[in-house]
Amino acid sequence: MAGSNKTNPTTALRTGITPPRWLLAELTYACPLQCPYCSNPIDYAKYQSELDTEDWRRVLTQARKMGAVQLGFSGGEPLTRKDLPELVKHARDLGYYSNLITSGYGLTEEKIVQLKEAGLDHIQVSIQASSQELNDHIAGTASFQHKKEVAHLVKKHGYPMVLCVVIHRENIHQMPEILAMAEELGADYLELANTQYYGWAHANRDLLLPTKEQFEQAEQIAQAFKEKVAGKMKIYYVVPDFYEDRPKACMNGWGTTFLTIAPDGVALPCHSARELPGLDCPNVKDYSIEQIWNESKAFNFFRGFDWMKEPCSSCDEKEKDFGGCRCQAYLLSGDMYAADPVCSKSPNHPVIQEAIDSAKATALADNEKPLIFRNSKNSRLLS
Amino acid sequence: MHRLQWEEAQQKDVILYPEGMVELNQSSAEILKCCDGTRNLAQIVNDLEQKFATTGLTNDITAFLEDALKNGWIQQN
Repeated sequence: MAGSNKTNPTTALRTGITPPRWLLAELTYACPLQCPYCSNPIDYAKYQSELDTEDWRRVLTQARKMGAVQLGFSGGEPLTRKDLPELVKHARDLGYYSNLITSGYGLTEEKIVQLKEAGLDHIQVSIQASSQELNDHIAGTASFQHKKEVAHLVKKHGYPMVLCVVIHRENIHQMPEILAMAEELGADYLELANTQYYGWAHANRDLLLPTKEQFEQAEQIAQAFKEKVAGKMKIYYVVPDFYEDRPKACMNGWGTTFLTIAPDGVALPCHSARELPGLDCPNVKDYSIEQIWNESKAFNFFRGFDWMKEPCSSCDEKEKDFGGCRCQAYLLSGDMYAADPVCSKSPNHPVIQEAIDSAKATALADNEKPLIFRNSKNSRLLS
Repeated sequence: MHRLQWEEAQQKDVILYPEGMVELNQSSAEILKCCDGTRNLAQIVNDLEQKFATTGLTNDITAFLEDALKNGWIQQN
């Protein structure tokens, strides 16, 4: 047929690519907290530049046009950006459902009202523990009372109250108290996020990874609570994949749904992807979101199944979990094409048990080494 | 807490809420759009039966609205 050999390579490439639905806007790496499991990269201190307001407005507009609809303003602490209300307003005008992912630090009633008027849909407040002493220790900042006040104010001003608690060995024993706190604060949603071991959490894994018994006990308590509050509070329980024998379907598949923009404008298929070598992640200052999503090397790298090795390539579960997480495969096996070692079919699976054993030995040792807190000084030391 | 909106890119109505999105088929969307706080169940059934020139929708609409209520998509006055 005439013209059949004139297929536009861009169009061909786009076949089968689904548009982004979820945009995570990491506005800044600046943060007053120092949580030792922070999802920001270890070497964040070397990325000093931040996109300006116009860049962010353009990113939001372009991603929305492609179909992104859920939007998280994250960081660091997004409240440190002076232009947050303007960006929130722009997001609302575009039709995003927007979420402020915050430590609550520096959030006043005036700002809560201002952001509501700008069109913010919900605020997710993180609390580090159910007691002041432990919260302030983990956060590296005296913040517990203020966070609780913020949670009340969020509720008072008609936002859905979304509480997030990251779970690890230091606070897992507080599960009953954490759940009671969520009830007391009137949480509509409670995210119980078992720590995922990347970046800072990876560096602190021996000190953060709970034992299997601790996990099972905490999960049982959370499960019973979930049934008790059904219809009143929705619980999102992020499973600890080190105790699973199949990997998570990370990011719902690479480049299918999620788009993260880092503070300096680098576009990432997941917020940890900066750790992977050779992806050449593109910057929104150089390319449009459409070019990045459809045509960039980074976003096409692990799309589909052709990149897989055994045991993934012939696995009948590959369409369910996509071989698991690329960042975890790289961190734990040194090979980003390998099966996620969480999978019991992975030849690298024994590293998981070694990590569990190592964490347990550290817990039993008399002289526990100290947690490495997430701050610029440690970032420079470690990178 | 939940927002119903038309998504041009998906060519469908969706419900948005913290950390989630439900894609609606046309009939679900039509029912939810009637839940504007001014109509009761009988009126909703009547309006939709008229709009789509059909009858016997009571059971389907009731079942759907019960689910919607359970999911928090709508509230009962």
